[in-house]
Amino acid sequence: MAEVLVYVDHVDGAVRKPTLELLTLARRIGEPVAVALGSGAADTAAVLAEHGAVKVLTHDASEYADYLVVPKVDALQAAVEAVSPAAVLVSSSAEGKEIAARLALRTGSGIITDAVDLEAGDEGPVATQSVFAASFTTTSRVVKGTPVITVKPNSAAVEPAPAAGAVEALAVTFSAQATGTKVTGRTPRESTGRPELTEAAIVVSGGRGVNGAENFAIIEALADSLGAAVGASRAAVDAGWYPHTNQVGQTGKSVSPQLYIANGISGAIQHRAGMQTSKTIVAVNKDAEAPIFDLVDYGVVGDLFDVVPQLTEEINTRKG
Amino acid sequence: MSLRIVVTVKYVPDATGDRHFADDLTVDRDDVDGLLSELDEYAVEQALQISENSDDDVEITVLTVGPEDAKDALRKALSMGADKAIHVEDDDLHGTDAIGTSLVLAKAIEKAGYDLVISGMASTDGTAGVVPALVAERLGVPQVTLLSEVSVEDGTVKGRRDGDAASEQLEASLPAVVSVTDQSGEARYPSFKGIMAAKKKPVQSWDLSDLDIEAEEVGLDGAWTKVESATARPARTAGTIVKDEGEGGKQLAEFLAGQKFI
Ligand SMILES: Cc1cc2nc3c(=O)[nH]c(=O)nc-3n(C[C@H](O)[C@H](O)[C@H](O)COP(=O)(O)OP(=O)(O)OC[C@H]3O[C@@H](n4cnc5c(N)ncnc54)[C@H](O)[C@@H]3O)c2cc1C
Ligand SMILES: Nc1ncnc2c1ncn2[C@@H]1O[C@H](COP(=O)(O)O)[C@@H](O)[C@H]1O
Repeated sequence: MAEVLVYVDHVDGAVRKPTLELLTLARRIGEPVAVALGSGAADTAAVLAEHGAVKVLTHDASEYADYLVVPKVDALQAAVEAVSPAAVLVSSSAEGKEIAARLALRTGSGIITDAVDLEAGDEGPVATQSVFAASFTTTSRVVKGTPVITVKPNSAAVEPAPAAGAVEALAVTFSAQATGTKVTGRTPRESTGRPELTEAAIVVSGGRGVNGAENFAIIEALADSLGAAVGASRAAVDAGWYPHTNQVGQTGKSVSPQLYIANGISGAIQHRAGMQTSKTIVAVNKDAEAPIFDLVDYGVVGDLFDVVPQLTEEINTRKG
Repeated sequence: MSLRIVVTVKYVPDATGDRHFADDLTVDRDDVDGLLSELDEYAVEQALQISENSDDDVEITVLTVGPEDAKDALRKALSMGADKAIHVEDDDLHGTDAIGTSLVLAKAIEKAGYDLVISGMASTDGTAGVVPALVAERLGVPQVTLLSEVSVEDGTVKGRRDGDAASEQLEASLPAVVSVTDQSGEARYPSFKGIMAAKKKPVQSWDLSDLDIEAEEVGLDGAWTKVESATARPARTAGTIVKDEGEGGKQLAEFLAGQKFI
C-alpha cells in the first residue's frame, strides 16, 4: 500500500490535534508515515501510533528552532526522497502552508492549500476547498509530482487506529538557505487555559457590540460555561479589547467548530470567511437587520448585556 | 548606498461583490469590479515607511502580474507614493496557479533588480499566503514573512512574526523577501497631490518573452493543480430568530440543550 507523509505539528513532543486529523485523512489514501522534527520529536511516536502512523521518521537539530521554515523544508524533502509517498499532508497553519509550498516547488509538485476534505481518487487524492468566504466549494487534484496538500483544522474527526509507529531516524542535510533567517528571540504565547481557537468544538466570539475590553469578561464567562474558546471580530481587536491571536476571519483564524456563538458582531464578509463553515451558528445582536442573521440556526435579537449573562446563568444552572 | 524595494501587489475581485467562477473554473475577473488587494496596501505602506526612515536612496517599484485592468492596482500604489511600476501581462497567463505566479514574479523581480521584496500576507481572493515563500525559494534568498513589525538597517531586515505558539523576532541579511500582515500599521490614503503625481510615474509592461518564460510553464495548462468542480454553497436554511423580551437567554439555552451542546 502506498505511503502518505504526514508532517507532525508538535510543541516539545506534544502533538497538536490537527495532526491527528491528518492521520485520519491519510488513512483514506494509504499508510501514514509521520515526520516529526526538532526537540521532543521522538516523544510524539506513541500518540501517532495510536492514530495510525505505521512509521515515525524523526530528526532533531537546533536549526529547527533557530531558523525560520527552511530547515523543516529540507527535512521533509529528505523524507519525500526516502519514502516516495503518494501524497504529503501538512496542517494549514501559517507556517505549515509556507513549508508545504516550498516543498512542493522543490519536488516539482502541485500544491493545494486549505483543504476541508480529502478522498482517494482514481488519479490521486481529491481535495475539497471552501473559497470566496465559503460561498463556493471546489474539488481539485494535483496533476504534477507528489501531491502536497494542506488541510484546515477540524476537517476530519480524530480516530484511534493502532499501528506500529516504529521510530526511525531521518537523515537530513541542511541546504545553504537553511540558516538564512535567524530567530533571534521567541516569546511563547501565554496559555489562557481555554481550548485552542482553531481546535475548539465551541467558539464564543465578541465584536464591536461588546463595547470595551472589560466587557469581554461577559464573553469569557459564557465561553467557560461551555468549555469554549474565545474569538473576536477585527473591530474588537483593532479597538484593543482582545488580542489579535483571537481574531476570527480572513486575516485572523479560520474556525470550523460544532457551535459558533457571535455576540455583537455584524457578520461582514471578512468575518464570515473565518467562521461560515461552522456546523451550528448562533448570534446575539440588537440589530434585526445585521447580516449575521442570514447565517444563523438560532438568533436572538436583543442586547447582549441582557441575553449573554442570562444564557450563561441558565447553562451553569442546568449543569448543576 | 541605495536600496531597491520591489513591492508585489495583486489586483483582486472586490470581496464585497458577487465573486464567482468563469466557465473554465478560473476566478472570474471580468464581471466583478477589481481593486488593489487591501492586504497589499500594507506592503506598500511598509515600503514607504522604510524609505522615510532611511538615509539611503530608496527606490520603490510596484509589480503586478495580472490582466489589463490590474493597472488600476499599480496606479493606486503609485498614488500612495511608490516611484515606478511594472505590469506583467500576457494572454498566456490566464489561469496561472501560485507556483506559476511565483515563477513570473521571481523572474520579473530579478530583471527589475532588487535588495528587498515586500509582499502582502495573502491575496484576498486566493488567500493561500504562499507566494512570498515561493518567491524566496525561487530567488534563493531569506524569507522573512508574516511580519507585524519590520525595519531595515545596515543591510539587515528585522521583524516580529506573531505565530500560533509564540511571537518570534527574526533577522536576515539583504537581499530578502518580506511579507507583512494587516497588524503592521494602517495604510495611508493617497493624497490629491499623490494622485496627480502618479499619472506621470512610469509604468513598464512586460510579457512572458521579456522574462524568458515559455507559455507552457504558466497558465491553466501549465498549472500543477486542476480544479475539477466549483459549486455554489447552498444557502443555509433559514434559522429561528427570536426577539428578546426578557427570556432571550433562556430561549437560547433551550435551543442549545436541544442540540445537545449543554
Ligand atoms: C482586508 C480585510 C480583512 C479583514 N479581516 C477581518 C477578519 O479577519 N475578521 C473580522 O472580524 N473582520 C475583518 N475585517 C473587517 C470587517 O470588514 C468588519 O469591519 C468587522 O468584521 C466588523 O466587526 P464587528 O462585526 O465586530 O463590528 P460592526 O460591524 O460594527 O458590528 C457590530 C455589531 O454589534 C451590534 N451591537 C452593538 N451593540 C450591541 C449590544 N449591546 N448588544 C447586541 N448587539 C450589539 C450592532 O448591531 C452591530 O451589528 C477585514 C476587513 C478587510 C478590508
Ligand atoms: N498576481 C500577483 N501579482 C503580484 N503579486 C502577487 C500576485 N499574486 C500574489 N502576489 C503577492 O503574494 C502575496 C500572497 O499571495 P497569495 O499567496 O496568493 O495569498 C500577495 O499579498 C501579493 O503581495
